Amino acid sequence: MTQVFNEDGSVTPVSVIEAGPCIVTQLKSVETDGYVAVQVGFGEVRPKHVNKPLLGHFKGGLSNPKHPEVKPCRTLREIRTEDTSGLQMGQAIQVGDVFETGDIVKVTGISKGKGFAGVVKRFHFHGADMTHGSMIHRKPQSGGATDAARTFKGTRKPGHMGAKQVSVRGLTVWRIDPEKNLILIKGGVPGANGGLLTISKI
Amino acid sequence: MNPVITEIEKSQLKSEYPTFKAGDTVKVYAKVVEGGKERIQMFEGVVILRKGSLNRASFTVRKISHQIGVERTFLLHSPRIDRIEVVRRGLVRRAKLYYLRNVVGKKARIKEDRSA
Repeated sequence: MTQVFNEDGSVTPVSVIEAGPCIVTQLKSVETDGYVAVQVGFGEVRPKHVNKPLLGHFKGGLSNPKHPEVKPCRTLREIRTEDTSGLQMGQAIQVGDVFETGDIVKVTGISKGKGFAGVVKRFHFHGADMTHGSMIHRKPQSGGATDAARTFKGTRKPGHMGAKQVSVRGLTVWRIDPEKNLILIKGGVPGANGGLLTISKI
Repeated sequence: MNPVITEIEKSQLKSEYPTFKAGDTVKVYAKVVEGGKERIQMFEGVVILRKGSLNRASFTVRKISHQIGVERTFLLHSPRIDRIEVVRRGLVRRAKLYYLRNVVGKKARIKEDRSA
């Protein structure tokens, strides 16, 4: 994240996201796949670092005109749509084609992993006194009623936290830079620096 | 820091400022909006700290106004700052002059740096 000045002198915190060009690597249709979607790829990768099945996917069917060869991409994501008629295989989708300043977006990514976390951190339990003779500080206390003779499913306990898919809805596009394919989104987004995100308009 | 972010931050820097550091006395001409009209207000005092880098850089100016210490923090590259003038160069031995908050009178003096 960084911050940018507005014209009136106020400061906006922004996340800088490199969002393209995204190469269309596959168009899914009802006839062949049973549903409509577009598969897009992001990032360059040398062909020798792509495994053979995936390389075959990028190369496409030699005799199939609907699936020509595209450049290998580092990551692939599939996006469900209703209509793919405006898209072609191998087409590069630029930031400016999709987003503009002021759009409200949803950003999905993998959150930062927190490891095995206690209930205070993981579920915002209050914890108990650190002093005044308290010998219990950050423990979860009761696990539930005794007459149930079991612990109910979903009871909040310590465990693994983070490193799972998280979406943040309602973020605003502060500005886009079509030349460098950058999106500046107001506020924070899930995950570590350099993580992969999916941005969609809502 | 990521080079892409650094470039965005660098693009917002103002270049026309004089160099100044903690201990210097400066006049800051800040734009203020009063009753829908914009005018320039001057704030003069001793710079007690500078911090941050690139477009996040800020500095704090302290003055004594009617026997009350007043501090104001500015973002160095903010469009709300019209200009900055250095009135006097101070000779100080630390980067953050927080001790000025606890001293008055003769102890609050800062020696002038005449080397420049």
